[in-house]
Amino acid sequence: MSGAIGFLEPRADVLARRKMIIDDLAELLPRDGLIAEPRRLVPYETDGFISYRRLPLAVALPRNTAEVAAVMKYCHRYGVPVVPRGAGTSLSGGAIPQEDAVVLCLSAMTRILELDYANRTATVEAGVTNLSISDAAGPAGYFYAPDPSSQLACTIGGNIGMNSGGAHCLKYGVTTNNLLGVKMVLVDGSVIDIGGKHLDSAGLDLLGLVCGSEGQLGIVTEATVRLIAKPEGARPVLFGFDTSEEAGACVADIIGSGIIPVAIEFMDKPAIEICEAFAHAGYPLDVGALLIVEVEGSDADMAAQLEAIVTIARRHGVKVVRESQSAMEAAAIWKGRKSAFGATGRIADYICMDGTVPLGQLPYVLKRTGEIVAHYGLRVANVFHAGDGNMHPLILYNANDPQDAANAEAAGMDILKLCVEAGGCLTGEHGVGIEKRDLMNHQYAKVDLDQQMAVRAAFDPGWLLNPSKVFPLEGRSNA
Amino acid sequence: MTVLLAPETTADAATIIRDAASSGTKLRLAGGGTRLCPGADDEMPVLSVRALTGIVAYNPAEMVMTAKAGTPLAEVEAALEANGQMLPFEPMDHRPLLGTAGEPTIGGVFAANVSGPRRLVAGAARDSLLGVTFLNGVGEEVKAGGRVMKNVTGLDLVKLMAGSRGTLGLLSEVTFRVLPVPRAVETVVIAGLDDAHAAAAMATAMSLSVEVSGAAHLPFIVAGRFSLGAGHEGSATVLRIEGLPHSVPARAEKLVEALKSFGPVSRLGADESKVLWCEIRDALPYAANRDKALWRISVAPTAGHQLMGAMRLQAAADSFFDWQGGLIWLQMEASVEADFLRRAIGHLGGGHATLVRASSAQRYGVPAFEPPAPGVAALNARIVAKFDPSGVFVGGGNV
Repeated sequence: MSGAIGFLEPRADVLARRKMIIDDLAELLPRDGLIAEPRRLVPYETDGFISYRRLPLAVALPRNTAEVAAVMKYCHRYGVPVVPRGAGTSLSGGAIPQEDAVVLCLSAMTRILELDYANRTATVEAGVTNLSISDAAGPAGYFYAPDPSSQLACTIGGNIGMNSGGAHCLKYGVTTNNLLGVKMVLVDGSVIDIGGKHLDSAGLDLLGLVCGSEGQLGIVTEATVRLIAKPEGARPVLFGFDTSEEAGACVADIIGSGIIPVAIEFMDKPAIEICEAFAHAGYPLDVGALLIVEVEGSDADMAAQLEAIVTIARRHGVKVVRESQSAMEAAAIWKGRKSAFGATGRIADYICMDGTVPLGQLPYVLKRTGEIVAHYGLRVANVFHAGDGNMHPLILYNANDPQDAANAEAAGMDILKLCVEAGGCLTGEHGVGIEKRDLMNHQYAKVDLDQQMAVRAAFDPGWLLNPSKVFPLEGRSNA
Repeated sequence: MTVLLAPETTADAATIIRDAASSGTKLRLAGGGTRLCPGADDEMPVLSVRALTGIVAYNPAEMVMTAKAGTPLAEVEAALEANGQMLPFEPMDHRPLLGTAGEPTIGGVFAANVSGPRRLVAGAARDSLLGVTFLNGVGEEVKAGGRVMKNVTGLDLVKLMAGSRGTLGLLSEVTFRVLPVPRAVETVVIAGLDDAHAAAAMATAMSLSVEVSGAAHLPFIVAGRFSLGAGHEGSATVLRIEGLPHSVPARAEKLVEALKSFGPVSRLGADESKVLWCEIRDALPYAANRDKALWRISVAPTAGHQLMGAMRLQAAADSFFDWQGGLIWLQMEASVEADFLRRAIGHLGGGHATLVRASSAQRYGVPAFEPPAPGVAALNARIVAKFDPSGVFVGGGNV
């Protein structure tokens, strides 16, 4: 990577007091609750956006809200920046620390506090992994809907920080639509409760503001999320097309026809080949683009929805229609899709974009993406959530070649600008982090960003919380 | 007499706001004025978006519409209906309850986060709102969000504006997600359950994979004022099933099978269902006696019947439940009993109560909206100051 993205200058006064800060924090935490040896800090120097690395001042591993509050209160008093961290799976650098910052890592807070089936809620600590909620509620017939590809590892606290999505949010919505309440530690160490098991908020919708705030407003330590009764059945079906344009047009038509499948996932030829080689999911290799369409309900329901979808696909010249015949086949189809990033990582270095575009623009944006990447002499694989227009071009490059890396980063920036110009946005689910921070001016006017920063200042006027992220370093204000 | 300002351009609206800020005048923000609490400070000038009208963009294939905030809700719904689509969150019409006149606007719907029975499974108005343009308290035109469903670019000021009830800014344009109208609908009715058994029946219904899209309980005292079909007697616990034509009867059948141990079960067809769920949405039985105070209470679904049990010991009250028991419409016979009610909500795990309708005498000393905890109140005040530093906008007048 070219290393073009800057961080804030570390606060000299904080670096100068390093030893005192470490000693003081160790007092506030249980034994082994503070990591300060440089060797043991290395695992925390980056996240899923591995091209940038910074060693933090220390890592705090609190076990409960009171310890989080004690650390925040201390850091607030002495002006120490804090970078919240869940499992460190962020793809936008949201959890990458800096030299003067304490990483507040909630991975030790893993208790499921309550499963309340009559109210269909789960209350959990922030370090609980996404998938473990569905695992815990599964035997009773419920699941937690948002399902980011990293769901085995990523934490619910991180999901709330990034407002994570997933393949199935076309029907069930993203994190913000499935979050009912949080316990949150503010920058000064005070603790507030927002929401609860009731459905709508009293007064200002602080819950909606906090969700997706990327650790800029406070530290969520507990969350109450919505559980949903599992559908009777679910069935993914593969549709193969000659071209990406045909597949893209088919997606827009399915949605426009009034059928909302649970998921519509898109893969182009390079992505199909990469995923099939890795997962042996039975994807057809003689097509130019693939859609995975999942429907759910009773057998009769699924059959009726599929019939309508197949009719639409035929209008767009579908070449292959393959229904999963068993639970194993269905699992293999999803395994191929969900391992797309990992499988790509085995054959090349890549950077993954995350822009969203209006559905009608999909064919155009896919075509332009190919042209942009070709212009830089690179290859691209597209695998993404087509039903909601959330694109994930994977730009393949060689990290050992600085020119290649710079080209990949430049191509990525061009693609994100393309998404904004097409009426979409920079990021659909991965977050701004550091990765897209300096592009925020392309999406928002100064007055819009100033209003966001003003709201941020209502929570953290001193820029202590995850300070190098989200907002361009130039032109920051405390308005 | 209230002064009504209804600018025809956002530039004019911005000028009004800037002038008010510099002269120290206060403004109350409004859409069509159908949700303004009658009697709430009539002296205050009202700045309304009702002259900022028109659907700006609507592409049915993308299920997204953009409209100026003052566009009548009826115009939005007619355009959607012509394309077989709808607002997923079923916004209620407050006019019958409050005795107000005029046209509800789409901006007003989002500013008050107005949501109906389908909110239980399809989200509130705020969940459908994708983007906004608004004028803040210094008259700046600010955009937030966009027109795509998945968007995590920056802080989500869209959610914050939804339900802010004119305290943060004047919405001038809104972009929102719409959904196809379900082609079929049926309602399963269980007769004669008390509130506690109804709560258990609704929880059972929601635990099944039949996709209930509305779950309400109409106690004996109020059931007779709903359209439940000839011959219905006693309380009614009602569960709505919507979707594809062949699948709705199959799912209703499954639901009936699962619930028949609770009590006698019957089914209402599409036409009767539509009428009934509109009555539930608009809390229509409580439109008859507008001199009586009316609360809207939001608690955990299973806490609803416990709360009403406690209330009935204290005061004469008439109530029914939507959202699986978590939304309570409570009409008081005499006093409003605010302190008792809010304490009881706290004891039952939290939630909030809004005094939607009351005489000025009953309102005296009673906050219409739930007072937040001190830490949250301070945070709210800091946020409001970031939008409206000189305090031009006066909230609290809209339910």
